[in-house]
Amino acid sequence: MNRRLSVFNVTSLVFGFAFLYLPILLLVIYSFNASRLVTVWGGFSTQWYGALFRNQALMEAAWVTLRIALLSATLATVLGTLAALALTRYGRFPGRTLFTGMVYAPMVMPEVITGLSLLLFFVAVDLDRGFWTITLAHTTLTMCFVTVVVQSRLMTFDRSLEEAAMDLGAPPLRTFFSVTLPLIAPSIVAGFLLAFTLSMDDLVIASFNAGPGATTLPIRIYSAVRLGLSPEVNAASTILIGIVTLGVISATLLSKRSVLRSRRNAH
Amino acid sequence: MMERSFTRRLAAGLVPAVPYLWLGVLFLVPFLIVLKISLSDPAVSQPPYKPVFEWGDMAAFFGDLDLENFALLTEDDLYFRATLSSVRIAAISTALLLLVGFPIAYGMARAPERYRGLLVAAIILPFWTSFLIRIYAWVAILKPEGLLNQALMGAGLIAEPLDILNTETAVYIGIVYAYLPFMVLPLYATLEKMDDTLLEAALDLGSTPWRSFWTITVPLAMPGIIAGSLLCFIPAVGEFVIPDLLGGSETLMIGRQLWSEFFSNRDWPLASAVAILLLVILVVPIVIYRDVEARRVEVRP
Repeated sequence: MNRRLSVFNVTSLVFGFAFLYLPILLLVIYSFNASRLVTVWGGFSTQWYGALFRNQALMEAAWVTLRIALLSATLATVLGTLAALALTRYGRFPGRTLFTGMVYAPMVMPEVITGLSLLLFFVAVDLDRGFWTITLAHTTLTMCFVTVVVQSRLMTFDRSLEEAAMDLGAPPLRTFFSVTLPLIAPSIVAGFLLAFTLSMDDLVIASFNAGPGATTLPIRIYSAVRLGLSPEVNAASTILIGIVTLGVISATLLSKRSVLRSRRNAH
Repeated sequence: MMERSFTRRLAAGLVPAVPYLWLGVLFLVPFLIVLKISLSDPAVSQPPYKPVFEWGDMAAFFGDLDLENFALLTEDDLYFRATLSSVRIAAISTALLLLVGFPIAYGMARAPERYRGLLVAAIILPFWTSFLIRIYAWVAILKPEGLLNQALMGAGLIAEPLDILNTETAVYIGIVYAYLPFMVLPLYATLEKMDDTLLEAALDLGSTPWRSFWTITVPLAMPGIIAGSLLCFIPAVGEFVIPDLLGGSETLMIGRQLWSEFFSNRDWPLASAVAILLLVILVVPIVIYRDVEARRVEVRP
């Protein structure tokens, strides 16, 4: 089959990717602006990065955000993997329809509803708002994304390897840890990274469930942005974009290597 | 031996039970609470609603519930207008997303195979960077003295700066920008699998490219069109950040209304009633989306 790119195809790709990347690029460029006015170029400077690291409140919020993201992504990875196993390996268990509903709904549900309902729940059970309520809220949302990522891997998975291990007398738990888990590991890592990023990024759900002493970075950035453009926010954004880009590139390289390795082993 | 198989079955039962229980407690129960509180009256005390749940007093508890908040929603046409404008903005944005996303997905599907993985990664990469930051980036671009106006005036295309920020146009730009990966990826997934010989056959039989696009490509891409549209429409209806940062005070949207009832007016029961209203609007699209998604994941080879 010979597919050829027409001029129209190339043009739409060029414009599409320019549209996606130009705003981010401009944001990064203007973080090195000497002027306090974000949209007027006043020469190259890294002063906003210095100001950023001296901003105690922002650094503290970044630390809280990082801890919440690590903890909630870890919990979400375990819960999401279990849910994916339940959906792919347990056939029609009672209440399966409700279960799939609860897995798919939070992903598209407007965040204001999820945030509000969790907050009202935490108030009803008398849990103080803060670090833990945000962590629980993020775990609940992100485990659904982990479920879908791991589930799609389990669907394309060669069951005969598991069956062979069982036939040779390996108990189910051992089969899981020595056969299933290594094979689905890349999707679990991808699920973890997705959960981590979503948690780092969330403003709405965190705003509803934050309390005194637990302000996250997006909440701080949002309140700064509401007051107007700030070059410090550009600097903070650039650092976040840098971390994410590095993370995505290294994850891609890692998964490529593991694909190559498993291919080599297969032959 | 008996005992061992019992523990084994218990361990096997825990696999669905643990996530089931987690979602039940932290997803389903909170919804029921929202429903309950939307039926209660606001109180000045903390937490700002009543009645506070007491086990011994069920009769009084249910006696206190009423539809007052929902009556308020129908009386004040602010909520009606906010609902209409949310649905309208989300629908127009979804149409624009299809218009912008389809050519990109089509171009990706026709690109040489060795580049496709890279193109998919390039579509996903912006999604990994903060949503808030990507919307913030547009503020600097769309401001009256912003980068877009500087560029257009510098090129001599316009004499006066365009007023884009704090209008509905800015909201459309923001939604299309932020949701583009959610539209492109499902479209790409269906277009990539498409059999080109069908198009060739149609052209050989004398069909025009335009006609074969509408009679072959579009129907075959329909699962992707539906999935992508729902994936964009549903969260767009309840969007808060984009209308708040780009839309200015004029743009009415229901998610924003909920936010201000909660954070500015501290009327939790009314905010809950708005949440129920939003959910009622979205329940049909969400159920369709769940079925489409569950089917898509399960029929995969």
